[in-house]
Parts: sequence; structure tokens; C-alpha cells
Amino acid sequence: MDYNILIGGAAGQGMDSVTNVLNKVLQRSGYHVYTTADYLSRVRGGHNFFQIRFADHEIHSHRRDLDLIFAFNEETLEKHLPRLKEGGLSFSDSSIKGYPDTKKFDFVDKAKDLGNQRVFTSMGLAVILRYVGLDTKIAEEVIRESLREDLVDMNIEALRFGYDLMDNDSPVTHTESSRILIDGNQAIGLGAVAAGCKFYCGYPMTPSSGILGFMEAASKDFEIAVDQVEDEVAALNMALGASYAGVRAMTASSGGGFALMQEAMSLAGILESPIVVVDVQRPGPATGLPTYTEQADLRFLIHSGHGEFPKKVIAVRNAEDAFYQTVRAFDLAEKYQIPVILMSDQYLADSNVTTEPFDMKSIEINRYLADPKDYAAGTYQRYDITESGLSPRLLPGRAGENLVIVDSDEHNEMGRIEESAENRQKMVDKRYRKALPMTEELEEPWEMGTDDFDTLVVCWGSTYGVVKEAIEELNEEGKKIKALAFADVFPLPLETFKKYHEKAKNYVVVEQNHDGQFEGLIRQEALVKADHLITKYDGRSFYVEELKERLEEIL
Amino acid sequence: MKTYEFKITKDTAWCPGCGNPSIRKALQMALNELQIPHDKIVMVSGIGQAAKMPQYIDVNSFTGLHGRSIPAAIGIKMANHEMYVIAESGDGDNYGEGGNHLMHAIRRNINLAHFVHDNQVYGLTKGQASPTTTSGQVQTFSSEGVRSEAVKPLALALTLGAGFVARGFSGDVDQLKEIMKEAILYDGYALVDILQPCIVWNKVNTFQWYKDRVKPLDEQHDPTDWNKAYEKALTWGDEIPTGILYKVPTESYTKKFGFLDGHTPLVDRELRPTDAEKLMEKMK
Repeated sequence: MDYNILIGGAAGQGMDSVTNVLNKVLQRSGYHVYTTADYLSRVRGGHNFFQIRFADHEIHSHRRDLDLIFAFNEETLEKHLPRLKEGGLSFSDSSIKGYPDTKKFDFVDKAKDLGNQRVFTSMGLAVILRYVGLDTKIAEEVIRESLREDLVDMNIEALRFGYDLMDNDSPVTHTESSRILIDGNQAIGLGAVAAGCKFYCGYPMTPSSGILGFMEAASKDFEIAVDQVEDEVAALNMALGASYAGVRAMTASSGGGFALMQEAMSLAGILESPIVVVDVQRPGPATGLPTYTEQADLRFLIHSGHGEFPKKVIAVRNAEDAFYQTVRAFDLAEKYQIPVILMSDQYLADSNVTTEPFDMKSIEINRYLADPKDYAAGTYQRYDITESGLSPRLLPGRAGENLVIVDSDEHNEMGRIEESAENRQKMVDKRYRKALPMTEELEEPWEMGTDDFDTLVVCWGSTYGVVKEAIEELNEEGKKIKALAFADVFPLPLETFKKYHEKAKNYVVVEQNHDGQFEGLIRQEALVKADHLITKYDGRSFYVEELKERLEEIL
Repeated sequence: MKTYEFKITKDTAWCPGCGNPSIRKALQMALNELQIPHDKIVMVSGIGQAAKMPQYIDVNSFTGLHGRSIPAAIGIKMANHEMYVIAESGDGDNYGEGGNHLMHAIRRNINLAHFVHDNQVYGLTKGQASPTTTSGQVQTFSSEGVRSEAVKPLALALTLGAGFVARGFSGDVDQLKEIMKEAILYDGYALVDILQPCIVWNKVNTFQWYKDRVKPLDEQHDPTDWNKAYEKALTWGDEIPTGILYKVPTESYTKKFGFLDGHTPLVDRELRPTDAEKLMEKMK
């Protein structure tokens, strides 16, 4: 089974609460869930919708063709009815006129009888549950857990009323599942907590704010200093202060806020300060489309910060990857004393998915600090020139009888300003030398598709899920395709790519931007040009069906 | 660290006759008298001539970006609240480029001593007007005189709710030392605006100009009287009051976190990834 449901209406009508309950019910009933949000940058009105896909097998993306539409308003029907599969069901309150194929229920009248018009959402929820063969037991449990006490009974009554509106006697199925339900922002937050992040600060900016919210909620129990700061300039400078004083620190924003962090990004480079910075991308330029998705910050991120210094950029591919890559980012940042940038986007940030619980026991924390006992009074130098290029890192106040001195000016080994040509060259060389081994521990891309192939499809970051489903279906239809999904994008691992590219007759890059930024990066690094570039930059993530069609056009 | 004799460097990038060495002298004396171990102090600065202070005194230091000493200092204090954090830089750095951070540092009441060298001009970039340059004064790139009004930093800090507001003068090292000591020990945000001449670029506010005007607050001044302090903060002309204009006990920022003051600094915490399992449980 594999159901695709759309719940749409105007902002503020309650689609999000019904979606949240439905997600939880489906998760606890043992299904795999992939829910995406499409919403406008406004508090009330407009047209917002959630797409809830669930299946009894693993799923990796949302899809276009719908089995079920729950319309809170007419616009939802007008916009999405064409996507309804043959034999699919659309329903709404009977106050919506026209649309003869849409089932109408007297939700609102009954809801008023129950004392609150808004409980009609629970009636609709029950209609969905009955349609897909679930009962209301788990829904009642979730409502009890998540709603305000005075609303519980009313909603449960509404649920039962809605359930009786439909007839479906197919057997109810529940299976036990230990999977968690998580979105991309929460996965990054959870990764930061697990990695021992002790300082987080940020300025609210859609679609990254969920990370700030997550960290703030974890602050008290996990004793993490979390600060909502005055601007993104403060955010990264503050996080660098915390990192200097010795804790693992992180900040996050979206493109515009990330732009404000550029001077501090460069500061991290010259201070050789470990730091994790997250860019949850949204379409630019400038304010762009605040609540939509794009992968157009790649070139900006790999070149972020003025001047030259080593850094690492990782584009997370799904919630599970977001968690583990965040943990890895903290490790690499301290191992190489560099800024590590995590790229996510609105599509991942606002997608709620079920995934196997993360293995916290597998996480080892190594701070890569020097031992103060090795340094007699006054012998420690923060920027000691070593063979590896990595200077021993001690922390201020924790360095025995030594001082820890860092400077944004070019500095000597002690950390004091020095402007000589010899010193400058030595320091630049040192900073680059320390990062050389990093290129030996790059993660090769994930592989998908058949070993017998003539077409190689390459994607990166959040397009992984949609590419995976599209490729696997095309494989089943007899198309010979191999696909790669990159997370490490800078520096770029090319071993796997080169191996397959050599054999491919047709090389295609899929990305969610206009310029084909990743294709350009591979061209620069591997000196090969894609035969086809499939891009999308309308702010909406590819649908599996859509990507298949685009691929079929060129195969 | 056993010794409390804070060493200073002889060779500096400051001009002969600059007020900075006197300010450094006051700081050195303050630190020596306070007997705080060297390694328990972090100085944070930005960019400019004043911001070079940490280069010439032996404490831990973080010389960051122009205008951004305050946020870096806040991060340091949060990560290790047992450190004495001093942010020191110039008027352009703190009142211009970093103006927004100043406002929010005061709102937070973050525990740090903020020493602002105020010579009413930009030195290192060669004589442009600073936020405290008097309106109408001719400076580099302000050939017809500065068109904006000067910031009144002490009045600004008071209106924003700062609990410690003071003014010193590089020509009165003893008074400045005493102010600095109190600012360093103050549990909360402490602003010390330090008047100093720039002998190269400010031909109006010379050493003599300040000398003729500065007047230490008399003993009758009540530093807990906000209205009186505000009046003194606005006094600027033939007489410029110096000293601690305002000082009241406040609740500092790190006290507002239940796990900072009185607890192990975050930097010393043991990190256990499995603790995060509790958070993940909530997602089931």
C-alpha cells in the first residue's frame, strides 16, 4: 500500500494540527510517513497545503498523484483536483458548492453543535482514517496527548462522528514500530545535542527557525546555552567566542542571514576556530521566496568568507543523514580546526518523516585538544607551526600557566599581529597544510540504480529522495540507470563519480536551481561536462512523477 | 598562574603622545591590585588603535572583527562564566560598527567590563569622524563639518538600563584605575567611556581641551540616583564629569540561566551522546 493525501486550505484554518495528528497516528500504526508542507509567507489566508504520503514500505519522497484530498476551501479543489488519481476521493464541507465529484459532509454544522467550529478538522481526520483502513483508537490517544484539555472530548466526539460518515469495512491494520517522526531541522538539532553542542545562538529566519526552536526546547534539560541574538552578525561572532572559550558551538540561518555571517566566517578561517554553521536554504536572491525551497546557495557557501582558508561543506540528504552529518560536522570542525557548513533546505526542514531511531551509542566524541601538562609556563603558542599544520589547541583558563591568544589580523605563532611577508606565507601554508588529510576522509556519494547502466544521474543534498524513487521505478521499467547522491560537496570526492562516468554514455545532473551549480562544480573539479542538466527553480521540490517525465524526455 | 604582575610590552604601534599607554597603565594597575590570575582574564577587542590593547598586556585575548568584540565576549562568558571578560576597543568600533551589539549587550546585562576608548575620531583609518565627533567639526571626509549629532554614550547606556555607567580620562590614571577595578568586579554589564586625545587626527579635542574640562564627580554624587546620573551623562561642555555616574546591583545574564552561575562552566562539562536518547524518545 502507498497512499498520498493532500490537506489544503487557508493559513490559520488548522490544516497543520490535523496533519500533525495524522502523522503521529500513521507513525504509531507502523507506517512509513513522508509529509511535506507548502505554505505562504503569511499568518492568515492564502493557500497552504500539506501532503501526507504513507506506505507499508520505505519511502523517500513526496509524490504528485493523489489518492485523497481533504479540502478546507474551494481553492484547494480548484488547484489540486487535477492531481487526483482515478478512483481517488476528494471531500470537503458541504458549504463548498459545485465540484460534483467531491464528497460533501455537514462537518461545520455538526461542529457548531459540538461547541467549536474548528473541531470539523477531527471529523475530516476520521474520514481519512476510515478510508485508509484505520480506526480512531490511536488518534484518540494522540489527541489526548497533544490538545488542550478542554478541547479533548469535543475532538474525540468529532472524530467518532466523522468515522461513521464513511463506510469501509476493510480490516484495520496496525503494526508495532520503533521509528521516530522527525523533520530536517529537528534532525540537525538532535545531532547537535548528541554531539555535545553547548552553545547555540541564532536569529529567527524561515526556514531555519526550527533549529533555534529545537535547541531552545532542549536548553534547560541538556544545559545548553541558547540565545536568540540581535542579528546574524552577532550570531556567528558569539558562537566563535564560545568556541574559543572551549565549547562546541553552532549557529544556523537561511541564505540572507548566512550572508550577514560572511565576515565572521572568514574570522573562523584565520582564528582556526572549530565551528558548525547551518544554511537552511530558501530561494533568493534577497528575500526571495521565504517559505519555499531551492539549492542555489552552493557556490555561495563554498566560497563563503572573504580571503582564502580551508573549510568544509556538507549537503544533507534526508533526516537521518542530517543527524549523522551534524555529528560528523562537529567532529571534523574540531579535528581540523575549521568551519564546517551544513546545507539543508526548506524541503527537508519542513518534511516530517519516519526513520529508524538514531544510534547514539555509535557516537564517539573526541575534542582533539592538546594536554596542558605538556606545556611549561609560557611555552604554549596557539599557532605553533607544525609539520601537519595543525597547531595544538588549548583553551583559555584551561591551559596551565599559559595564555591562549587569537587574532583576526595575520598573526605569528603566539597569536600576536605580525605583518611580515615570511610570516604571512608560513601561516597561509600552515592553514592549508592542516586540512590536507581532510580530503582523504571524504565520503563518496550514495549509489542507486543498476550496475548494468548506460545513464549516470548525479544529484546532491535533498534531491536524493526523489531521485532514488524515480531511478528505481525507471529501473523497474527497464531503463538502465545508475545514480549518485553527494553529501560531501566541498571538497568534492570524485572517485566513485569518475569510475561510473567513464562507463556512462549519458551523464545527467539533477538539481534544484537555475545555474546548475553542482554540475559546474564537477566540471571544474573533474573536467567533464554533463550531457543533460535537469533543473527546477520555481521554489517547489521535484515530484517523483515529474522527474521521471523529465528523465524520460532525454533517455 | 602564581604571579599577579601583569607585564606589558614596550614596543607598541601607538603614536608618541597617544592616550592609549596611560589607559594601559591604568588597566595594568587595576589588574595587579585585583590579584586575578592572568589566565582567568580574557580580553576581547575589535579593530582600531584602541583595539590593539590586548597585544600589549599579557592576558588571554581574542582580537576579533571591527565592531564585534561584544558578541564574541558574550560567547566566551557563556561558555566559561568563571572568566573575567573585558571588552576593550574604540568609539568607532563600539558606537558605530558595533552599535547594535552595544544596545543588546546592555539589554542582556551580560557580565563584562566594557572599556571604550573615546577620542571622538577614527585614528587607524586616518582622521574620519566617529560617532562621538562633535557636530560641525571638520574631519577627513567631512570637509564641511560633520552633519550628524554626536552619540551620547553614557546617556544612551542609562536609557537602555545599564547598571554600571562611568567615564574616565586617560589623563587621570588613578581615577581610571579605580573605575576599571569596580567595572571588572561588577556583576553585570559595565560601560566605561574613556576620554583620550588623538594627537594626530583630532585637533579640537586635545589633551589640554579635556584637561580644562574634566571634573571628577564630587563625593556627594549618589551613584544609585538614576536621574542625577542622567543629568551628569548629558553634561558636556565647559565641564565634563568623570567617575562612576551610576552603579546599582542588577541580575546579570548568566544568573538567568539555571545552569551557569554556581554550576560547572559549560566548557568543563562531560559530553555524553547517549543523553540525547531522552529527546529522541519524545519523537516516538
